[in-house]
Amino acid sequence: MIDSIIPILVATLAAATPLIFAGLGELVAEKSGVINLGVEGMMLIGAVAGFAGALSWGTSVGLMFGAVAGALAALPFAFLTLSLGANQSASGLATTIFGIGLSAFIGQFFVSQGLPGMKPYAIPLLSSIPLLGPVFFTQTPVVYLAYLLYAMLAWMLAKTRWGLILRAVGESPEAAHAIGYPVLAIRYGAVCFGGAMAGLGGAYLSTIYTPLWVQNMVAGRGWISVALVVFAAWKPTRLMLGACLFGGMTILQLQAQGFGVAVPSQLLSAIPYVATILVLMVISRDRKKLQLNLPASLGKPFVPGE
Amino acid sequence: MSDPSSIGLAKTPVPPRLALWNITKRYPGVVANDKVSLSVAPGEIHAVLGENGAGKSTLMKIIYGATHADEGHLLWNGKEVHIANPAEARHLGIGMVFQHFQLFETLSVVENIALVLEGKFDLKALAIRVKEVSEKYGLPLDPYRMVHSLSVGERQRVEIVRCLLQNPQLLILDEPTSVLTPQAVRSLFGTLRQLASEGVSILYISHKLHEIQELCDRATVMRGGRVTGEANPKEETSASLARMMIGRELPVCVSPAFEGEAKPVLEVKGLSYANDDPFCSSLFDISLCLQSGEVLGIAGISGNGQAELLAALSGEQLSASECVLLEGQPVGHLDAGRRRDQGLAFVPEERLGRGAVPSMSLAENTVLTAHRQAGLSRYGLLNYGAAREFAKRCIERFDVRCPGVGAAARSLSGGNLQKFIVGREIMQAPRVMIVAQPTWGVDVGASAALRQTLIDISRSGVGVLVISEELEELFEICDRIAVLAGGRLSEAQPKAQTDAEQIGLLMAGSQQQAA
Repeated sequence: MIDSIIPILVATLAAATPLIFAGLGELVAEKSGVINLGVEGMMLIGAVAGFAGALSWGTSVGLMFGAVAGALAALPFAFLTLSLGANQSASGLATTIFGIGLSAFIGQFFVSQGLPGMKPYAIPLLSSIPLLGPVFFTQTPVVYLAYLLYAMLAWMLAKTRWGLILRAVGESPEAAHAIGYPVLAIRYGAVCFGGAMAGLGGAYLSTIYTPLWVQNMVAGRGWISVALVVFAAWKPTRLMLGACLFGGMTILQLQAQGFGVAVPSQLLSAIPYVATILVLMVISRDRKKLQLNLPASLGKPFVPGE
Repeated sequence: MSDPSSIGLAKTPVPPRLALWNITKRYPGVVANDKVSLSVAPGEIHAVLGENGAGKSTLMKIIYGATHADEGHLLWNGKEVHIANPAEARHLGIGMVFQHFQLFETLSVVENIALVLEGKFDLKALAIRVKEVSEKYGLPLDPYRMVHSLSVGERQRVEIVRCLLQNPQLLILDEPTSVLTPQAVRSLFGTLRQLASEGVSILYISHKLHEIQELCDRATVMRGGRVTGEANPKEETSASLARMMIGRELPVCVSPAFEGEAKPVLEVKGLSYANDDPFCSSLFDISLCLQSGEVLGIAGISGNGQAELLAALSGEQLSASECVLLEGQPVGHLDAGRRRDQGLAFVPEERLGRGAVPSMSLAENTVLTAHRQAGLSRYGLLNYGAAREFAKRCIERFDVRCPGVGAAARSLSGGNLQKFIVGREIMQAPRVMIVAQPTWGVDVGASAALRQTLIDISRSGVGVLVISEELEELFEICDRIAVLAGGRLSEAQPKAQTDAEQIGLLMAGSQQQAA
């Protein structure tokens, strides 16, 4: 029994990883007060750039390409919303549409090509812990990177001056400006970090998770990431759990499809999205708590000196 | 005075802590500071006195590095400096307590303070220091409370302690008492005197004459961006200071007795409203009765249920129909438009955004509330000719200084726009008039005109309800005064039977309950 569960759990974490990257990146951007609905598009741009990089120079370089491309894709959004004070929702949607188109255009050269992917690496000692070891510590190194990112962000947001400044800027850019913080520079940094993480998540999808190019292969994970951030009430730990829930449902419905359950496969494919949203809605019912965690300036343009 | 370094040097052997010489700052279309000079000695409490728009705030922003002077010199302890940004000002030892607190609501007190301090990031150690400093200066604070749960007075303490932890040599306070109870003002003055005795210089910005006379050693008076006088406020009279500040005598309101028959026009009975938004207040069992021919004042500091009570009265928030009675008719269930039909007029606190649409012309803004009452629409179509005519009459009758009915609402000064909005409501011949913060941000001349207008309209048989933070204003115009604190409304007292002290206690008493 356990032998059949372990592979499912291993696959769950692998499926959750792109959402962890993209979601944590978006969380940082939103904590600074900027909501970027372009995650889907930035993930796609990261995915295609990652694929291109991996094709020529190997998977690791591909991942780096993905992150850099994601950050670059976030720059026009940052310029529009921060420097020009444009509407964040509209600019984010434009970023997504742009990302879908650009990745499909570049990706046409990669159709029907494959990549070697990346082999799991069992961490000595840790991987020999019963049950937990094989599930958590016989993953690809990129999954370990996701753990690390989560731990660092959770620590940074709660315990460090940087985290405090980020929260302060998202809470009241006016007050942060008045006491002398460069609000726009901090927001630029947060948005680009969000883009880089979305790009990394996308590149992970195209080079490791399913190492081949399929048009629009991010398939809504970017949107789920945005929803995760809100329903996780801007808390990294909840976001991790949400991502794992999504990953688990993805794997389960694949298994169900494999067993030939008499339900149309399209419906089964929709289950992870529906289930994740439902569960997160239920646990985030408490409006008061949500209000306290919501970055008060979220979505509002800030023009210094007005 | 051709050499900037000569200011103040002749008088004192120690150079002044801060000396400004011929500071000029221009904004498009207006000179905010025109050759302003002043100097502050170590340990001196120096007042900067002036009306809204006199250029006080701009001057303080220049000192704090938030904006830059176009011309002039700034000397710090005898040396000329250029302060590029607030961080540099803090480095020099300049602390600023803002009029609109620059605090982060969802962060704790100690986190708010940590944001402006440099050095090792250790919240626990900082919390201990916060406690020490706050106790030393009589500013009790719990470092771990969230700022959104603090009263306004406590928030100000956070701002002051935040400055004190940076060991300032100069502390700037911008209108620090505008939201404090009389008792809190007294304890603030104690703290400031203690600081001054330790050698901290204090720049105290205010338009309240009696405070400046009580606290300050010297005063620089500004009007229209210029220094119009320097004085020892303790040797001057209120009248002579007011002349320097506004260029003429302080206007006084006259309130004659009401000669008609007083009958209740607005009654509120047992109105409660539970608010589950953690940033807002609830209302508990509010009852009041407003008579025709009187001005009833509701004192209290904003955030104690003022916004919620206003919403419930205006009809933005509905209640049980019997909770609000207009001339005996239940209206609690009616929306704002229906209540206006029945003779209720309402002037909200925010002039730009709720009282008027900033980008629209005055004529268009009349349509906002007067479309039914003044016959500005027929068969569902607007009659712009009538609207322009209405706006024109309003401008003439209430002495609104503006280019004409086509002027955008945002182009008017606060005082003139408020005159226009109040006039627009009065011209609809209301039975009840509710006004929130009638003279907030309005200059002295327009304030006096507005206050007199409110008294006059009440004497014509209208019931006027005024919600205000300014106690002096309420005592000037009201016949009876009640206090809204912690969502509870006290019994209204005739003005002759109460005083600022008693009202202040009511304002503070419930605040402590809520804390």
